[in-house]
Amino acid sequence: MRKRIPTLSEHQVTPEGQYLSRRTLISGALATGVSLLSGTSDATSPTGTPLRATRNSTLSVSVPANSWDDITSYNNYYEFGTDKADPAANAGKLITHPWTVTIGGEADITGPIALEDLLKPHALEERIYRLRCVEAWSMVVPWVGIPLADVLKRFKPTSKAKFVRFTTLNDPAQMPGVRSRVLSWPYTEGLRMDEAMHPLSLLAVGLYGRTLPNQNGAPLRLVVPWKYGFKSIKAIVRIDFVERLPRSSWMNANPTEYGFYANVNPSVDHPRWSQASERHIGGGLFAARQPTLPFNGYAEQVADLYRGMDLKAQF
Amino acid sequence: MLLGFLPLAWLIASALGWWQWHLNADPIAQVTDQLGLWALRLLLITLCITPLRHATGWIRLTLLRRPLGLLAFLYVCLHLTLYVAIDQGFNTAILWDDIVKRRWITMGLMAFLLLLPLALTSTRAAMRRLGRRWQTVHYAIYPAVLAACTHYYWQVKRDIRPPLVYATVFALLMLLRWVRYRQKAR
Repeated sequence: MRKRIPTLSEHQVTPEGQYLSRRTLISGALATGVSLLSGTSDATSPTGTPLRATRNSTLSVSVPANSWDDITSYNNYYEFGTDKADPAANAGKLITHPWTVTIGGEADITGPIALEDLLKPHALEERIYRLRCVEAWSMVVPWVGIPLADVLKRFKPTSKAKFVRFTTLNDPAQMPGVRSRVLSWPYTEGLRMDEAMHPLSLLAVGLYGRTLPNQNGAPLRLVVPWKYGFKSIKAIVRIDFVERLPRSSWMNANPTEYGFYANVNPSVDHPRWSQASERHIGGGLFAARQPTLPFNGYAEQVADLYRGMDLKAQF
Repeated sequence: MLLGFLPLAWLIASALGWWQWHLNADPIAQVTDQLGLWALRLLLITLCITPLRHATGWIRLTLLRRPLGLLAFLYVCLHLTLYVAIDQGFNTAILWDDIVKRRWITMGLMAFLLLLPLALTSTRAAMRRLGRRWQTVHYAIYPAVLAACTHYYWQVKRDIRPPLVYATVFALLMLLRWVRYRQKAR
């Protein structure tokens, strides 16, 4: 049974039209020098091809989404550099069409599949999800995508498929960041089969009703809203069904700081900072922190997946 | 010397959204980071003065040392204020937790505590009162910058290249002093 996300009502969400007019207001504020209060950067117009998608209200939160500018200018995407501004500056040259995803491992149907063929049987949904970065900041993002479970089932995973491993493109010619060994390339991430099959797990192709900008993981990325942002792998080129727990790039980089589950958990601190609160992006220079919610506010839907587990040990 | 105020002016202009400047999506983190970086840069520039004077023989360079050091301390204070007042909102429980649990915060606070007496004894009156001990007190700049470099190194998430650059500059400046000390001892 699907459960409704508590506390919020749909009318609070910012539709794109209204969001645009709000941005115009903010540009006016910039001119008069009061952006200190709004904390919004220069306005840029949304890019990308418009997509036809229906909002999934049941699985969307009803808090205002962050601006296009904030979502597309502040990214962790080390393939394009380690600074938050690097992806927006460097990802423009990435060629996302044509794009092929290779399905492998413990499934009846495997092999390469063109992105269009991967998406064709599915209706696009808009889902407004909270995003919580492991660095203790958060956003609300209106994604467009398809349920991961629906895609995975098409390939008929076998009984040996216990985990799903995702792999990002690793192309030094297009991705300047992979020339340095800051992480083990290609970037890999994984989910347990039941996590991957959860209705909240999304394969995203769009943002604000348009195709994803490159810095946000175009053309195909994962979104797992109850986990820290680094789990939501970008520019996916491989999906493998595997029997053993896959090691992710961040687990390789620092196993004491980044675990396989990476569920948002205010009571388990990162070794170097508290995870109890977060800075919500868009609040400006004087915004107070807000408390971080267990499973990023999705506890009602996902806590059952982890029943009986010690979440301090399996972080 | 006035150039040292430019980063601060730039941050204020960005915060106010003047001209095409603006802060990024997480302004608290950005301003805190930039203030910390400029504090460290100015501390390292301050440490360059004496070796430069030795190399050039230009005595008047020493006049720059105090204002540069105090300017660095201004950035340190602003950096600390942003973290304490704005990011953590004076929440003493969280601040105490950070200080005891997180070694990079401990190290940052240590750098501040080492620099504080140097700023307080930077006046002519203090120099007169302390006499020869003044120099001894002000050797604390070395452990303070070491603590600042370590604070930065322990803070970064993954990309340790930038903090290593600063640590290397500090190591070179210390090496110059050691070489000179050895030459004088002989």
